[in-house]
Amino acid sequence: MGALGHYLEQEGVATTQVSLVREHTEALAPPRALWVPFMLGRPFGVPRHAEFQRNVLLAALRLLESDHGPVIEDYPHDAPYDDLGVEPEGLACPVSFPGRPSQGTLAEQLVAEVAQLSVWHDLAVRHRGRTTLGVTGLAIDALAGYIASWFTDSPPASFRTGLTDGAALKLACDELKAYYYEAKSVQPGRHGSAAIRHWFWHDTAAGHAFVALRTIAAQSMDPSMKPLAVQSLVPRAVDVSLQANATNQRSAP
Amino acid sequence: MVRLADLPGWERENLLKRVPTLPRFDGRPWVRGPALAARRVAIVTTAGLHVRGDRPFGSGAAGMDYRVIPGDVATEDLVMSHVSVNFDRSGFQADWNVAFPLDRLKELARDGSVGSAAAFHYSFMGAISPVTQYEPKARELAGLLKQDQVDAVLLSPV
Repeated sequence: MGALGHYLEQEGVATTQVSLVREHTEALAPPRALWVPFMLGRPFGVPRHAEFQRNVLLAALRLLESDHGPVIEDYPHDAPYDDLGVEPEGLACPVSFPGRPSQGTLAEQLVAEVAQLSVWHDLAVRHRGRTTLGVTGLAIDALAGYIASWFTDSPPASFRTGLTDGAALKLACDELKAYYYEAKSVQPGRHGSAAIRHWFWHDTAAGHAFVALRTIAAQSMDPSMKPLAVQSLVPRAVDVSLQANATNQRSAP
Repeated sequence: MVRLADLPGWERENLLKRVPTLPRFDGRPWVRGPALAARRVAIVTTAGLHVRGDRPFGSGAAGMDYRVIPGDVATEDLVMSHVSVNFDRSGFQADWNVAFPLDRLKELARDGSVGSAAAFHYSFMGAISPVTQYEPKARELAGLLKQDQVDAVLLSPV
């Protein structure tokens, strides 16, 4: 981000930026930066809070009126609680709250779970008026089937010409995770980002499937699968948590 | 980011170990301009955003290039294909403005706080290392921004 500031400014375009990691911005020393104490992924603080977002944006833009630089200013306000849950007024809530399927293989559980969540995802789309799905071009049942096929003896071919097997699987997994996140957000209750992440990785067949896919990727001879084995499938925070759980289980009497 | 001091040790170390790998820029470019109320503002994000149907980001050249986001893009048409799994996406899924504040920018233009919102905005994908690889495309982008009469860019990370 800071490098872009240098390059654009050198070309004669004034820039101001939001900084999420102050230490990185200090090292790059871009012309103007507003450091904000928000989580990665949320440079304007919190969703669905227009006034808070507007104040952050204005604070960053006002740095354009500084007399000289480089300047890094600290934003003084923390983000409000990130409640993603909704009270869907006027919307009929689904009556069932299914948990992770208990029967069948992991791949079968995944497919069943995706089907169970569809009513919630439909509700999320109605409530938000949008979905972030659609990068792969696959319908959700086809997406689940594609990922489930990786647990068979004959992994599926890439679903798009020019896309490697690893890149296709990466896009598919990210999109499936978005489906789960969007569906979960409209289930009753308060849902912060950390709670949804915990639910996905610990309480769903999909989360367990992703961890298993990482092992499959590590054993693959296909170089396009390597990023999935290393860092682009399971978040670092989840990896640390899973390793801690495994250690605790080994040391339990 | 939440303050480094508040993070678990492994995450703090992971962020700090990147500092020595970042380039040092000798120059201190500084472009002056009119008051904010007279500026035309574009958003350039590194969130890996693009219009649904555009090329997804990924490794290689497709990950280095920018994507064009028309100023009249509908909320239901903007998607994310950033390769990193180490930042929150639930906020963007709930409200794009938390990562791409286009609605907020248009509001500021309407109330006169800024001159206008650009006709086009742009997205790169962060997580490219070394960051100097952005240089050719960033300089190319500067030309497009000038053609749109943009004289202020808001750079936004994830």
